[in-house]
Amino acid sequence: MAHDASSGKDTAATSSGLDVGSVGTAIEPSTVGHAEADGGLAVITTDTFTNPGLPPTRMRATDLDPKKARNAQRAVYTLFYLSIAGSIFALAAYMAFPISDDLNSIRLNTVFLGLGITLALMGIGLGAVHWAKTLMSDEEGEDIRHPVRSNDATRTAAVQIFDEANKESGFGRRTLIRNSLIGALVAFPLPAVILFRGLAPEYNNPAALLETTMWKTGTRLTLDPSGLPVKASDVTIGSAFHIIPEGLNDVPDRLEQKAKAAVLLMRVNVADLTISPGRETWNYDGIVAYSKICTHVGCPVALFEQQTHHLLCPCHQSTFDVNNECAVIFGPAKRPLPQLPITVDGEGYLIAQSDFTQPVGPSFWERS
Amino acid sequence: MSTIQRSDVPHEVVDPAFAETPKIANTPASRFTSAAANYIDERTSISAVVKEFGRKIFPDHWSFMLGEVALYSFIVILLTGTFLTFFFQASMAEVTYDGTYLPLKGIDMSAAMNSTLHISFDIRGGLLMRQVHHWAALLFVASIGLHMLRIFFTGAFRKPRELNWVIGFVLFILAMAEGFTGYSLPDDLLSGNGLRIIDGLVKGLPVIGTWTSYLLFGGEFPGTEIVGRLYTLHILLLPAILVAALGVHLLLLVINKHTQFAGPGKTNDNVVGVPIMPVFAAKAGGFFFIVFGVIVLMASFFTINPIWEYGPYDPSPISAGTQPDWYIGFADGALRLVPSNWGFMIGPWTFSLNIVAPVVVLGLFIVVVLIYPFVEGWVTGDKREHHIADRPRNAPTRTAIGAAGVTFYAVLWAAASSDLIATHFGLSIEGVIRSLQILLIVGPIIAYQAAKRVSLALQKKDREIALHGYESGRIVRLPGGEYIEVHEQLSDYERWRLLSFEDYKPLMLRPDAKGRISAGQRTRALLSNWFFEDRIAPVSATELEQSHGDHGAVEAGEGHAVESGH
Repeated sequence: MAHDASSGKDTAATSSGLDVGSVGTAIEPSTVGHAEADGGLAVITTDTFTNPGLPPTRMRATDLDPKKARNAQRAVYTLFYLSIAGSIFALAAYMAFPISDDLNSIRLNTVFLGLGITLALMGIGLGAVHWAKTLMSDEEGEDIRHPVRSNDATRTAAVQIFDEANKESGFGRRTLIRNSLIGALVAFPLPAVILFRGLAPEYNNPAALLETTMWKTGTRLTLDPSGLPVKASDVTIGSAFHIIPEGLNDVPDRLEQKAKAAVLLMRVNVADLTISPGRETWNYDGIVAYSKICTHVGCPVALFEQQTHHLLCPCHQSTFDVNNECAVIFGPAKRPLPQLPITVDGEGYLIAQSDFTQPVGPSFWERS
Repeated sequence: MSTIQRSDVPHEVVDPAFAETPKIANTPASRFTSAAANYIDERTSISAVVKEFGRKIFPDHWSFMLGEVALYSFIVILLTGTFLTFFFQASMAEVTYDGTYLPLKGIDMSAAMNSTLHISFDIRGGLLMRQVHHWAALLFVASIGLHMLRIFFTGAFRKPRELNWVIGFVLFILAMAEGFTGYSLPDDLLSGNGLRIIDGLVKGLPVIGTWTSYLLFGGEFPGTEIVGRLYTLHILLLPAILVAALGVHLLLLVINKHTQFAGPGKTNDNVVGVPIMPVFAAKAGGFFFIVFGVIVLMASFFTINPIWEYGPYDPSPISAGTQPDWYIGFADGALRLVPSNWGFMIGPWTFSLNIVAPVVVLGLFIVVVLIYPFVEGWVTGDKREHHIADRPRNAPTRTAIGAAGVTFYAVLWAAASSDLIATHFGLSIEGVIRSLQILLIVGPIIAYQAAKRVSLALQKKDREIALHGYESGRIVRLPGGEYIEVHEQLSDYERWRLLSFEDYKPLMLRPDAKGRISAGQRTRALLSNWFFEDRIAPVSATELEQSHGDHGAVEAGEGHAVESGH
């Protein structure tokens, strides 16, 4: 680091042969004369202007006209008094606008309390700023900057302190002590890390939990959120139902189960369905059930476009084609929505043939 | 630091207040003030602090207030947040709502949601405080963002402020983390879906995803732990780190002193402005109350986050047009812009490219923001301290890079509202997404070029005005019958403001002592060529003298000053 306190010319000349100084070679002399560092690629030129210095202070209206100054003073203390009025208004509003069963009372309470507090705050703020701008001296001052770098004596002293500490402790010399200490310091936080294993229950493998849902052979499809079973005959062509497995509302981990088991039920014309081998029996007369949990990041795919038979996720607009086994036709999702194989029981209610045949929801690493 | 010298003999203690301000009238009030000042000083040496900092100079510019807005909104957040903690219950235990808001009566929800409704509907001023807290949070992140842009475009991150840029960047990340954790606390439908997205995002991370989500949520999503955990982060851990980083940020500000824009009387070695006591203190203190007042005014009239309309979280329902709070928009937009079917298998494992790609892109983006000062410092090789803030036009390539970055962010942000853009303007969602995908690549390039050209053009204009003055509007007929418009010269003050800026040239490669050119130097030469290839040289004193020689020439000097690539 070139911090020679002589002329700037030397500094620039020693700047490691970089492309400076095709125009000139001297750094503009520093006004306080402290060391100048390497300017790198900066073009240093002597052919510059001189700083004209601070312009004369412009007088404000309040500096020249005592009447204006008096007006400003009046404005400032009026604002401060207004602030007091605002505070009192807020106190009064707190009592005058209690909250009742009427929702409008909340609006009144919020607005009037808020207005009082606003006035209290703005009165102080505007008053203080107005005071500063009109009545306080606006003469600019000047501070001299000193290099952030400590001066050489201080730096030498700091180095010396480290040296002495090193000598007195033998930190650099007794390497066995030092290295074993570093080792101990690296090792000691490890128990703290392992403690965080307790953040989630210990007896489960998370990947395995994601493989299964509440659906079992014979589980009835019931309406979300009422839990009433659905008859196949109630599902008309073009209609869609939000479905949960029977009994979901009674399990203790209702939301966790629902986050995997939520299903959309739709009926389309059987002839329109493209069905891959092995899935021929998964629909019941054009009634199909698909996982409602988006395969992208897990939002509910809740929007069914009746005309196009598309399912749209409102979070990131992944679009799935119901006619084509919910293949992704647009948006960031990668996989089709898993299909729930369904049929009807003896009473005509829709039931699941089995659980989903693949994990539902967002993709995860262990998912095969 | 010098302290006031005091005698060791207690009886001879000189009252510093009297000693320093002999003119003050000996009224009871002033006697009390000086006695109090004496009492405190004898126990704290506070006079030394006042002497050191009381008249410290702060430069004035409107853009310097952006950081202040951030600081003040943070104080508002702390105040209102403390109030909210007295009522909020960070628990996901299921309760049945039995409060004032009829539409939700009898509905099962978590204690968190229940207590948030309680704050909103049963506590006087509770809704106001909630809304002040939320508006202040939105303003907090926004003002930090604008503050960072100001720092970037004026080059105020250069030596010696690179580390403070890094700390400020950390504050920005912390502010967003605070925002997201706070947003999730009420456990309403909208924030629950936000958490669901986080869950899906985390699960999609290779190798660690499934376990990370499992540990984060304390079991399967959504579990009964997450609100309590986020609460601890939101009110304890993150604020503690934030306050510490903020303290260092402000300490470095004091140590480095504030930058100032170029102007008459301003040099790299001084700070020109108003002293802390009284003017800056009055302005800044007053400004705190104004910021606070504006936030309360917004909270009084504009509803924010009406959780009662969303209802409690349930994994099944959702409403169309869901939007995160604005500062998470860029991340949500990045998720939306991934084309379909990105992902593949590695043996038995699933690699979710549709998650990994946006995470990596955003990660790179913020890393570039983080390290930019060091990159520019390395390219210029400039080891001097810089205390004069650049006008953006005088650093065209930096300005262009900034414009490209802003455009990139803006496209991602717009993408978070792709569905609303489509419905509002009657466009297809596919069309909107495809356009934004193209814009994400093309937009920054266009913005880069445009910003660079505009910067160079403005520099040319400045040069022209400095050399030949500005058009006065006065037409004069010369003896020969020719009409010319008289150009007025700038005053010295105005010209100085236009012309005092740093100028750099590309690195010319030269072999080192061993006759070799290292790869590092080659890279640096390449980058410096990119940065400084197109440059408008500042007007020199000789040039100005010459131009004054042929006074009245209007069109001179257009091309000769422009240096182009080597």
